[in-house]
Amino acid sequence: MEPQARILKVLQKVTGKEISVGADDSLFVSGLLDSFALTDFVTGLEEEFGVSVPDSDLSARKFDTIRKVETYLAAKA
Amino acid sequence: MSYLRAFGSALPTRRVGNAEIAAQVGATLEWILEVSGIEERRYAAVEDSVASLGVRAAQDCLQKAGVTASDLGMILVASGSSERFCPGPASQIATALGLASTPALDIPVASAGSLIGLHLAAKLATSVGRVLVIGAEIMSRRIALTPEGKNSAILFGDGAGAALIDAETGFARIQDSCLFTDGASAEILSVKDGHFQMDGSSVIMQASRKMPRAINELLARNQLSADAIQVFLLHQANLNLITRVAAAVKVPRERFFTNIARYGNTSSASLLIAADEWRSAQSAPLTGPLVFSAFGAGLNWGALLAVPQ
Repeated sequence: MEPQARILKVLQKVTGKEISVGADDSLFVSGLLDSFALTDFVTGLEEEFGVSVPDSDLSARKFDTIRKVETYLAAKA
Repeated sequence: MSYLRAFGSALPTRRVGNAEIAAQVGATLEWILEVSGIEERRYAAVEDSVASLGVRAAQDCLQKAGVTASDLGMILVASGSSERFCPGPASQIATALGLASTPALDIPVASAGSLIGLHLAAKLATSVGRVLVIGAEIMSRRIALTPEGKNSAILFGDGAGAALIDAETGFARIQDSCLFTDGASAEILSVKDGHFQMDGSSVIMQASRKMPRAINELLARNQLSADAIQVFLLHQANLNLITRVAAAVKVPRERFFTNIARYGNTSSASLLIAADEWRSAQSAPLTGPLVFSAFGAGLNWGALLAVPQ
């Protein structure tokens, strides 16, 4: 499965919603994430991709669009 | 050794319900309650100051302990919202308590400030004598009741709390504590030019990981399981965050004392206001350990363990 599809899978699991946003759309403005769902989203990404997100990267700005998440995970790979 | 001897608190009389806030920030009552667990908060009167609230909490604490101000060896005052930065409210509070030479030091740290005070007091009490720790805040003057300030405005309230740390006697012995600071993310939570600023989502992410980590580290090094803790007393930041911390340390949320529904987030005062309410409701002697924990600007966070005598 492609990374973006895996990100969407995690997002869908966390939100319980069908994901129809564009890669550059804000996940907050679209109503998919709030502060607490974002925390679950990051934890879900860690589990799905087998990475550890350090505290220094726990900034909402790094995870607020699908493209940013994809870029971040690519850099971690 | 150092002991928790008594707590005290002072809250303004003006209650500000969600309806009053919602109208100004453009939110619904349901949304405010859902995202914060807050039903109302208290706002200080025009004539109140951080120091005057602190004095009232101090007097309440001293009265409950049966101790006079002249018996104090030191006063530590935490506040992130004091009207004057330097000197802060500590010296004003000491003067109002009738003290002319007792050292009174400011801890200008919002939210985690009282925990820092407790940590320092536990170390200092054996050398300077009784230490009075105060957390006092008027956050309502640091927030913007506007749609742009919605995420912060719904949370905060005003108040003060106090704790007396004694080197000789108390209802619980302070066994251990830990403090941490990570300045790399300081920008997500601050008071700049008198205005509170918060990147709420980043704060929640940081706090959701750092607080349970501190609690678990403290418990592990004292060979205690979370199950053994009688009550967890946390900075009352957000009910959903407290629920999340409870889940992370694998303890029922009911074991975490909360009063945020009635007072909102009173920043550094909240830990001691919660402790005072919890303690005042206890008629039986302490049966198990207590854990305190807080997280806030800095970023500063940590935990403290106290055990029955």
